[in-house]
Amino acid sequence: MRLSRSRRPLGAVRRHDHDGAGDGHPPRALVVALVLACVSLMLLDRGDDSVIDPARRAVGEIVGPAQSGVSAAIRPVVELPDFFRSREEMRAELASLEAENAGLRTEVRTSDYRRNKLAELEGLTSAAESLGYALLPARVVGLGSSQTFSNTVTIDAGSASGLAPDMTVVNNDGLVGRILRVTRTSATVLLLVDADSTVGGRIGESMELGFLQGRGVIGGAARLDLELLDQRLVPSKGDTVVTWGSIGSEGEPSGPYVAGVPIGEVVSVYSSLRESSQRAVIDPFVDFSELDLVGVVVPSGTRSDRAVVEADGSLR
Amino acid sequence: MSDPSVRGSSPARLVLVAAAVVAALVLQTTVFPHLAWRGVVPDLVLLVVVAAGLARGSHHAMVLGFFAGALLDLAPPADHVAGRWALALMLVGYVAGQVRREAAPSVGVCLATVAACSFLGSSVFALSGLVLQDSAASIPDQLGVVFVAVVWDVLFAALLAALVIAPVRRVRHRTQTDRLARR
Repeated sequence: MRLSRSRRPLGAVRRHDHDGAGDGHPPRALVVALVLACVSLMLLDRGDDSVIDPARRAVGEIVGPAQSGVSAAIRPVVELPDFFRSREEMRAELASLEAENAGLRTEVRTSDYRRNKLAELEGLTSAAESLGYALLPARVVGLGSSQTFSNTVTIDAGSASGLAPDMTVVNNDGLVGRILRVTRTSATVLLLVDADSTVGGRIGESMELGFLQGRGVIGGAARLDLELLDQRLVPSKGDTVVTWGSIGSEGEPSGPYVAGVPIGEVVSVYSSLRESSQRAVIDPFVDFSELDLVGVVVPSGTRSDRAVVEADGSLR
Repeated sequence: MSDPSVRGSSPARLVLVAAAVVAALVLQTTVFPHLAWRGVVPDLVLLVVVAAGLARGSHHAMVLGFFAGALLDLAPPADHVAGRWALALMLVGYVAGQVRREAAPSVGVCLATVAACSFLGSSVFALSGLVLQDSAASIPDQLGVVFVAVVWDVLFAALLAALVIAPVRRVRHRTQTDRLARR
């Protein structure tokens, strides 16, 4: 290319020193082929079990570890403001107190539910299962941008750690979401606030059932809409909502969301006359814009490549 | 390779472009969410495609846009119908390449192209979601996100221009004057 230009007369320098292929209109065949490729990708990916899933997993196997690595590398920088705010030992103390506090808060939030649950089980011969679950700790390493109009994150644990789709993800404050798909070393989590996310919820005080729908907004304005199954009941402001969930016959977690995980509290109630239903707005306990350490609810005794926090608080 | 776009591209350049796309994708999902406003981050992958369009024309940028978009569709934590970003970024590559044909690529033209392409890319992605019934977000919410994304992309591109293009231009200018002086 350079050689050919030097042979040209001096005045006739082209504005672009590239070959002609880049300059003009791309060939029509190429445009058609690319559009068809996009459309066929979309058509192939409709439905739940799409043929694109293996490709997703393959890309995830490469991108997941890269995200984990970069996240680990920038963690000191991200945590720098915290470092300046307090000295090292104070931070440790603060963290343990915060964890304790969060634990106590969770206890208070679920106590109504637990009392009701116990009352429900009274007279049954089977022992009341405690609401503790074994948790697998993981860190959020990648966040989907809002431009994709879905709220999903990547965590740095996958099938090698014993994770599987539909497992419940929680943190210190409450419910985070559920796992959509896993690769060997990473998993994609659908956040509770995603507009496509629906969670069965139960008002702790009245044991009333309903469905929580996300709005696709994260940050301080994150809200969930709760629609109760029994339209006559009016939830009151400040009521705590926990997951409805499902517990298998052996007391092991089953289904997408385990029972009794705190979700949020009622901040306002609307009644729609036209649809004759009550709609409550829920403020989630979890701050979805600052997710870091999360726990995945796994069956007790899961074989994993990392330590599992058992229901009694011990590490295994 | 039989791919027509590869004609005139050295393997080294292909590897470089692929690395740029992957780096943009990883940064976009790990580093920039810490700086995000309501979860909106600069579309680094889109900026790479726009840069390819401005530098090499529609032909290359469309192919790059398709593959970069497909990667964005498949890489975690994406959870939408695959092919939506591929279509959006392919169109972005086409438009950016056409700008190169029409106008001399000054910094102003580049930033205007970034703004237009960002709007086009996000809108095509949002519209494809509506057509495929893939996204449950409301249209006003989506428009808000699209506009914030345009602002983010232009700001980030301006920053890049200040950090990269200006020094490069200064060096190039100096070498040119040196060359003229030697003649």
